[in-house]
Amino acid sequence: MPRSELRTKTRVQKLSPEELSDIFLSHVYALPDGRKIDLCIQCGTCSASCPTAYAMDYSPREIFAALRAGMLDRVLYSNTAWMCTSCYICTVRCPQQIKITDIMYELKRLGIKYGYTSPSTRAAAMARIFINITNRLGRNNESELMARFYLAGRWGDAIKNAWRGAKMFFRGRLPMPISGRKVAGLDEMRKIRETLERLEEEKMAKEEAR
Amino acid sequence: MELLYYPGCSVEYTAKMYDTSARAVCKELDVELKELPDWNCCGATTYMSVHELVSHGNSARNLALARREGADQMVTVCPACYITLYKTNEYFQTNPEFADLIRQGLQAAGLDYDGGLRIRHLVDVLVNTVGLDEVEKRVTKPLNGLKVAAYHGCMLTRPFGGFDSEERPVILDRITRSLGAEVVDYPLTAKCCGGMVTNTESSKTIPVVARLLREAKYNGADCIAVACPLCHMNLDFYQPEVNQYLGGDYTIPIVYFTQLMGLAFGIPKEKLGFGLELVSADKLVSRYA
Repeated sequence: MPRSELRTKTRVQKLSPEELSDIFLSHVYALPDGRKIDLCIQCGTCSASCPTAYAMDYSPREIFAALRAGMLDRVLYSNTAWMCTSCYICTVRCPQQIKITDIMYELKRLGIKYGYTSPSTRAAAMARIFINITNRLGRNNESELMARFYLAGRWGDAIKNAWRGAKMFFRGRLPMPISGRKVAGLDEMRKIRETLERLEEEKMAKEEAR
Repeated sequence: MELLYYPGCSVEYTAKMYDTSARAVCKELDVELKELPDWNCCGATTYMSVHELVSHGNSARNLALARREGADQMVTVCPACYITLYKTNEYFQTNPEFADLIRQGLQAAGLDYDGGLRIRHLVDVLVNTVGLDEVEKRVTKPLNGLKVAAYHGCMLTRPFGGFDSEERPVILDRITRSLGAEVVDYPLTAKCCGGMVTNTESSKTIPVVARLLREAKYNGADCIAVACPLCHMNLDFYQPEVNQYLGGDYTIPIVYFTQLMGLAFGIPKEKLGFGLELVSADKLVSRYA
């Protein structure tokens, strides 16, 4: 298991907003249909459709505006991408067929990679724990996930939800936190992961050089 | 009919009533669910937030295993698993560059995938392959008088459409009606429940959950029928917070559509996983079981 996934702060590299925008665009262009991001007409259908836009620092439409204004660093520091629930309503409604949900994912990845994640959200910590668990066991373990998430600074939630959590546990709806349940093909998963991580890096290096 | 079945992580524990009721209902309809051996986590919405290609790689291992079993379709019950596997499969079939990368990853692990699989959701299989006529034939205890808000959520039909409208799906309405129950008007049927964000930032997404519960109550529903473990979790678990937020009683039982089917088929309630939910569905169940 690579140690980097256990760290709460990943490689923090301070980049200028222009550099960030360039890297972001090259990553988005590499996604299937990624070039459509250039076609945004600022109509705001995405923001109007978004179920959680009210809780975002910047609405989805503003991401595209910020990108053009060279202020992507603000978007990355905001909670916007981490409030995306991945419901895909913006994606199906976008008149320009921009895959906005996929772009939200790209913002999350970029934020994690360069240490720009919003201080106001713990969702990035949740993502890291989730990945650590699935890499180690091959499947998710909800008990371990929630326990580690709460221990990472959500004591209030832990106390508030303890009674309901206990009910679920005693009804057999939560696995043992330290469970021996593992996928037999963990080694296959590791080989797939290592190969694809390498290929992804090569692909990105090529895109960024372009 | 034998079908390869991908259960998914939530269905093993948090949503085990979905799994048990789906298996019981399928057995009744002569659909044999054969579990995919040694399946791994599809990555859901979370893995994708950190590594894109590796997330697809994990998902693709399941596709490769399914082909090794000789299957040409695989069914899931969890919409997050469904859409994750579907998305990997779709990109694999339509984007040669992507397919090439994924195959290199799989081959490093001694696996391979040819793109020959079709990913399906159980509700699609039940309505479009088995057919509502067959479902109606098995109904021994029609759910007469039960008012149901059929809640589709987001990932059942978004973003690919697949078997129903992305904006206003009706497939759950149809299945619920075939059981003899009444479907109440529920315009928010495909509005998001907050997904994983409700688990991480519940204080911020309680309004999202609240409007779903309020709408169902307002339209006179006795229960909300869902097809997604995360929808069930969010709507069931956070009702105390919603009541506090709205300042009223919006308590309403949340059930899986497969549990309702089982009830109408006369399957004993223990075999449908009733009683495992937090907001009790006892009153509703005792009317029909």
